Amino acid sequence: MMQPFTNLTSTALPLRAENVDTDQIIPARYLTAVTQAGMGDGLFSWWRYKRDGSPNPDFVLNQPQYKGAEVLVAGRNFGIGSSREHAVWALTQYGFRAVISPGFADIFYNNSLKNGLLPVRLPEEIVNRLLDLIEEAPQTTISIDLENQTIALPSVSGEQWTARSFDIDPFRRWCLVRGFDELDYLLDKDKQISDFEASATF
Amino acid sequence: MGKTLFERIWDAHVVAQDEGAPAALYIDAHLVHEVTSPQAFATLRERGLSVRRPDKTFATMDHAIPTRLPTSPGEQSPAGQQVKAESGTERGGGSLNSVDMALWPEDAATQVRTLRQNCAEFGITLFDIEGDIQGIVHVIGPELGITQPGMTIVCGDSHTSTHGAFGALAFGIGTSEVGHVLATQCLMQKKPKTFAINIEGALGTGVTAKDIILAIIAKNGAGGGVGHVFEYRGAAIRQMSMASRMTICNMSIEGGARAGLIAPDETTFDYIRGRAYAPTGEAWERAVAHWRTFQTDEDAVFDREMTLDASALAPMVTYGTNPGQGAPVTGRVPKADDLEDEAERRSLQNALAYMGLTEGQPIEGQHVDIVFIGSCTNSRIEDLRAAAAIAKGRRVSAHVEALVVPGSKAVKAQAEAEGLDRIFSEAGFQWRGAGCSMCLAMNDDKAGEGKYVASTSNRNFIGRQGPGSRSLLMSPIMAAAAAVNGRVIDVREIL
Repeated sequence: MMQPFTNLTSTALPLRAENVDTDQIIPARYLTAVTQAGMGDGLFSWWRYKRDGSPNPDFVLNQPQYKGAEVLVAGRNFGIGSSREHAVWALTQYGFRAVISPGFADIFYNNSLKNGLLPVRLPEEIVNRLLDLIEEAPQTTISIDLENQTIALPSVSGEQWTARSFDIDPFRRWCLVRGFDELDYLLDKDKQISDFEASATF
Repeated sequence: MGKTLFERIWDAHVVAQDEGAPAALYIDAHLVHEVTSPQAFATLRERGLSVRRPDKTFATMDHAIPTRLPTSPGEQSPAGQQVKAESGTERGGGSLNSVDMALWPEDAATQVRTLRQNCAEFGITLFDIEGDIQGIVHVIGPELGITQPGMTIVCGDSHTSTHGAFGALAFGIGTSEVGHVLATQCLMQKKPKTFAINIEGALGTGVTAKDIILAIIAKNGAGGGVGHVFEYRGAAIRQMSMASRMTICNMSIEGGARAGLIAPDETTFDYIRGRAYAPTGEAWERAVAHWRTFQTDEDAVFDREMTLDASALAPMVTYGTNPGQGAPVTGRVPKADDLEDEAERRSLQNALAYMGLTEGQPIEGQHVDIVFIGSCTNSRIEDLRAAAAIAKGRRVSAHVEALVVPGSKAVKAQAEAEGLDRIFSEAGFQWRGAGCSMCLAMNDDKAGEGKYVASTSNRNFIGRQGPGSRSLLMSPIMAAAAAVNGRVIDVREIL
């Protein structure tokens, strides 16, 4: 069973980059495994480690003020490129439970939902202000309530940020909240699949 | 209101559609490779499930396997590391058969052994590297006639969009979904939107399908097609070979689209006829009649639409770290100040810092260290013929390392029958076995730190072709021209 996602309150890590591709999230050399294990170590490998393998202190993931953040905030078009679900495994194994971006690549979005990683689409100007805020004040916490599809952000310079809503497909929300595996849904359709196969002419 | 080609295929494959839920979509062909499948088979085993339709499931190995032929023991790889190669074996047809897996990197060998075990246990046809049929999954699917119009086709690989060239709805899926299809032959899918891309006019000499798709992505951006299925239409498409159509559909994913489609026509049927999995006799006639129905109705409406004039295009080259960062070879790298969007400016500045390029520099003349001709985008026989025509009678520049990696064993054998391997070898290109190779650098083909790679592949991401590698995506003839000149040139100057 997938880990259910209901509510999350956490600090957030700012990744101010657009078009973050799955090769950046997890490079191909980590894809030689035949299990899911060990992906967390490869997360953002090109940026996170120097070529000699030591941590790159300039990269946000290595900065102590963002340690323990379970929310990743990134620029538009997150997760482009390869279909590798390893990218999602890397993020969840590292400890992320939600990614906020103005937009996600389709395959990455689908893969996230199957692993209890919540992809939250918010308008770009909000994501940008959020990035500003957590860069300035890393201790800022973000609260996500999936059942009600709301995200509560602390007030910034007088603005009211609380309970902003975000969109998610109702079926996917239902699966996430219960930790329900889509495979079980499809297995329950056995009769319809057999009927479809029997009626197919091509 | 009429239907689009996409809607026609979609509607014919919906098994169930519960309110508020995505559709359960039936999958006609499932392609499997060694990298994204092991965890899916593990799930089946854990849950005691079998593969529902092994007869609709086909596997091969392409991503992690070495492509170095056993001709040149101790040869230096581009990254400078010693490469294990078997000595004393003649180069030629099927020479990879003799490669001893004991000499492979252990993790690649484990993935290949795991795939063999999984295919044997679950009764799946495997086109093994030890047999005569093997290659990049998106090259062998069409080659075998598995890919047919009107089908739904998936694979745990984003470039599954390639098969859309046949009028099949084909898209990449994650490993969980690979498990879903293995177990149920179905996928939960939210219906994408439609996006017509009309390509009118005729391509000029030296301008190819690769340049069309790079131009589309440069115009719309790497995220321009998110949530949509492209349908490529228009005069330029109708005149194109299947190989060129596959090149275009292949990179739909780089344009952000879920899939790319081209309506089938006589060119499509001629390509499929006589292939191993193609219907024969009366069944062929019935199939073609059925396939002809997969068209977009004249009164169908697309959610989005754009038009491109093929005759106005020049050869394209990418300068950045996402495939949308491309420009005509006659043009220049953009200046950040010319971009209105702050995110695009930042993206450009970061990309140029990584690429070691400067704002406003001409594309032509850029130094090249490595040339890679291959990948599911451009490794078919037509690609190799075009590149060989440029290489013939010329020499790879002294500072350039160039490799040609055929898409499949069949492509390799055909190229050798036509003498293309000799043309390449005499010009100083390395001639390889079939596989993905330096497109994603999962095997030992890795470009070194800071090296510029003129590449016919599909992605220029940071580190994609090796740690610190800098990719310049272009067509096969542009890459061959870069190899013999040691820098990016407009191939039209030497045609």
